Amino acid sequence: MPVDIDIAKVAKLARLALSDEELAAYSTQLENILENAERVQALPTDGVEPTSHPLPMVNAFRDDVVEECLDRDSFLPSAPDTQDGQFRVPRILGE
Amino acid sequence: MKPGWEAVIGLETHVELNTKSKMFCSCPADIPDEPNTACCPVCLALPGALPVPNEKAIEGIVKIGLALNCEINQSSLFYRKNYFYPDLPKNYQISQYTFPVCEHGSVPVDVGDESVTVGITRVHMEEDTGKSTHVGEGGGRIHDADHTLLDFNRAGVPLVEIVTEPDIRSPEEARAYGAELQRIVLALGVSDAKLETGSMRFDANVSVRRIGDETLGTRSETKNVNSLRSLQRAVAYEIERQIQVLESGGSIHQETRHWNEDSGETTSMRTKEESEDYRYFQDPDLLPLDVSPEWRNAIASTIPELPAVQRARYVASGVDAKTAELLADTAALSSLFEEAVEAGAPGRAVGIWLTGDVVGHVRRDDGDLDAISLTAAHLVELASMVDGGKLSSSAAKEVLLAAVEGEGSPSEIAAARDLIQVSDSGAIEAAVDAVLAENQDAVEKIMAGDAKPIGFLMGQVMREMGGKADPNVVRELLHAKTNP
Repeated sequence: MPVDIDIAKVAKLARLALSDEELAAYSTQLENILENAERVQALPTDGVEPTSHPLPMVNAFRDDVVEECLDRDSFLPSAPDTQDGQFRVPRILGE
Repeated sequence: MKPGWEAVIGLETHVELNTKSKMFCSCPADIPDEPNTACCPVCLALPGALPVPNEKAIEGIVKIGLALNCEINQSSLFYRKNYFYPDLPKNYQISQYTFPVCEHGSVPVDVGDESVTVGITRVHMEEDTGKSTHVGEGGGRIHDADHTLLDFNRAGVPLVEIVTEPDIRSPEEARAYGAELQRIVLALGVSDAKLETGSMRFDANVSVRRIGDETLGTRSETKNVNSLRSLQRAVAYEIERQIQVLESGGSIHQETRHWNEDSGETTSMRTKEESEDYRYFQDPDLLPLDVSPEWRNAIASTIPELPAVQRARYVASGVDAKTAELLADTAALSSLFEEAVEAGAPGRAVGIWLTGDVVGHVRRDDGDLDAISLTAAHLVELASMVDGGKLSSSAAKEVLLAAVEGEGSPSEIAAARDLIQVSDSGAIEAAVDAVLAENQDAVEKIMAGDAKPIGFLMGQVMREMGGKADPNVVRELLHAKTNP
């Protein structure tokens, strides 16, 4: 079962810079995964309850209570660049 | 709008809920000014951190859905919306896709004297992004920025997105829908719904087509609309722009545009050409939501009277639709109005006093309606004084404004300012008789069928009485005494 997959587009969407060799290798791997999924799709599932989630649970909630946050000094210095208590990044839109 | 053209408008509205804590972690949702001081591993997307939904936020979205006449999906799922942007720490936003919490609603909207119904496609739960500050020569404009600073205090604040059907046909309808939605959200108490601070924000999808065309035109999406007035202006601008482009043979691109308040124009955001592909998939970190009928009903029982119902009640007590809207939109006035009418004052008069005289007076002085001294008891007393002929309508307004300024109760003010009308017919009758005796020629004219001199005689009697006679009593006496 041939599965059409645009591996270059998938890589671009995930912001992954892949070499031609990597593109070819991942392309094969992903195609194998999708082919396996197709095989599962082909199984007779009449009478099988659809599953939206593997866990037999719903509604794991938290009460609306404020708890202590992280001290800024504990995480901000890990950033590549900071300024005035904020994360600093290069300009967002290129030319 | 230019004849021959029709606009098709849909609005997406984001509302930040006013829960104490964020959507998926325990950081405060009421965010502090100091950047990055309301952050934790979950909202900073540190590896391994797991989101846990805030129950109060789910109640908030169910309230909004019910108030917008939506169906509440008992089973609903969280999805990941994948895209890269520096204000999005996880590189995906937790949102909903298929099976949002609420679907298929509608909201009736009054536009002038007409009522239109705007369909609600869906209302879904998601989380807000961080806040970017663009720094550079351009004074905060993204295109001219040198670099950008990121504050993740807002990241993870509960956000509800409300999407309409493309049912809106004019800038006025867009504004009226926005205003009604804001009223509903405020009445529910689930958000402070402030456009100026961004706790409520509109994106407008606008397209145009020639009347009679079945297919929809290509739409643009306009962002950065931060008042109801700019919503109306931005939609009007987009409609005109698109018609102009199409009439001169051009075509509309599907794109995101930015409303510029100062220039009154929308401009293209110049985002990259590739189409968006969010690769939605169900978030494996989160369990399905189950809003049982019992829970749904418990939430429904907490929904207060909605603005449309409140306005209808006001209209039923005697005010016109515009006055009802002004009263209902201003908490300080609506509570005075309701209490006074409850105590038996006539709705019509109280409505006009409050929305006309009191609002005008307070605004002239840049005052605060919440701080006025006027009470509902004052309104009741004032209405009964007018009704009993003790105050003329103009004197009543003087007394009203003095009560607003804290000069005391209407009877005290009227006495202190010597405004009480004489309706004792004995005293008035003496004055009428004296005036008639002095103006026999006028009396003869009236007896002969010329009603004009009545007004002159009225004026003479009022002068005789120092302006304090009940004009109704004077008029009756004059008629009785000049009747042939």
